[in-house]
Amino acid sequence: MELKNSTFWGYKRENGRIGVRNHVIILPVDDLSNAAAEAVANNIKGTLAIPHPYGRLQFGADLDLHFATLIGTGCNPNVAAVVVICIEDGWAKKVADAIAATGKPVAYFGIEQHGDHDTIMRASKKAKEFLQWASELRREERPLKDLWVSTKCGESDTTSGCGANPTVGNAFDKLYPHKVTLAFGETTELTGGEHLVAARCATDEVRKKFQFMFDRYQAIIDKHKTSDLSDSQPTKGNIAGGLTTIEEKALGNIQKIGRLCKVDGVLDKHERPTAPGLWFIDSSSAAAEMVTLCAAAGYTVHFFPTGQGNVIGNPILPAIKICANPRTVRTMSEHVDVDVSGLLRKEMNPDQAGDALLECMFRTANGRLTAAEALGHREFVLTRLYESA
Amino acid sequence: MIHFVVHEEGDGVGVVVVEGVKQGQELVGWIMEDDKEIKMTAKSDIPIGHKLALKDFKPGDTVIKYGVDIGKIVAPIARGEHTHVQNLKTKRW
Repeated sequence: MELKNSTFWGYKRENGRIGVRNHVIILPVDDLSNAAAEAVANNIKGTLAIPHPYGRLQFGADLDLHFATLIGTGCNPNVAAVVVICIEDGWAKKVADAIAATGKPVAYFGIEQHGDHDTIMRASKKAKEFLQWASELRREERPLKDLWVSTKCGESDTTSGCGANPTVGNAFDKLYPHKVTLAFGETTELTGGEHLVAARCATDEVRKKFQFMFDRYQAIIDKHKTSDLSDSQPTKGNIAGGLTTIEEKALGNIQKIGRLCKVDGVLDKHERPTAPGLWFIDSSSAAAEMVTLCAAAGYTVHFFPTGQGNVIGNPILPAIKICANPRTVRTMSEHVDVDVSGLLRKEMNPDQAGDALLECMFRTANGRLTAAEALGHREFVLTRLYESA
Repeated sequence: MIHFVVHEEGDGVGVVVVEGVKQGQELVGWIMEDDKEIKMTAKSDIPIGHKLALKDFKPGDTVIKYGVDIGKIVAPIARGEHTHVQNLKTKRW
């Protein structure tokens, strides 16, 4: 596929970033505010509540990450406007002010001294105003470089490593020269192939930071591991699908960064890309945690290859499912956006598979809903660093 | 028809990519990187996505896939047999 001069249709936000969705979100800062947030979204059809279980008694770096992830979600250009709800005013304002720095409309509400009823009424009025405003925004034609594309695979099997993940790698290799901002992560899932990622780092400084992130995560594994990592890495589903060791899973995983891209930068979980290129995000390999971090980092389209059929989605980041396992494509077809099972029958080559994904990427960016969006998958999972106080 | 794929020449295992492979079945494999075909006989029933050994292995041997070490053999395997958690383990965790 010739990508030179290619364009997509997106929403230009106040800060210049381009979104491919136009969500008005109702964002609870803590678990206590979920009920009010969901009531507002129920009142104002077309808004989206993003409930989650955390935000109380967190402290230090764990609390900083909580705020960074909520604020990043609100700042994402797939979001047009935000209503923040918190049990009290102070942290509601903190989150709202940080999102408002993008220039997008934000309002905040604290529940204490008002109760749910009054909060829901006032927040609903604001949500209606935002929704009607957002509904008049129009897409404009934008160059490919304005797209931010992340990737993470899930419920992988051996077909991921020889089909779906190399398809993402082929697409990444084609997007990279056009100054698209790309991301991958899954720190423990590089174990056994970390030397291959280190070798792809653009500079010694990037390599050093990558190795620091990798070693830091290995220390967590070493501290808590059981003999078989509790059937969690590889997962039960990975093993049922034929993956045997973490090394094998990692080598399949790494296919997603193609053969030509360099790793231009390394981000901690709360850090954000500052330039085009391929970024490594230190992250859990749990699908929803990693995709939530990608959304908070500002990515607007996600490539999600699967083998056994991970059904994940995200509230604001459209996740395109790519699958090469013919059994999964047959039994779970409603979840698959790009069927590349032909790769394993030699009916399709990697170049054609990569092009099929890019074609789906443009359609998705232009507004076509992914399978996960149509099926209502909105998994939003905040990464925790340690126990609450 | 392709029954299994191999990432590259020199890999010790291939991946079954069709459903219902039975013991004794003649299989056609495709070495993707080199675009070559090889033939094998399945020595076990092997589910889709699972691996078959392309050579004999003994305990302590290293298994290569994608041209890289993916773990160590902990129980003997004959060429054509199912290779999975019962005979292959990580070296890392």
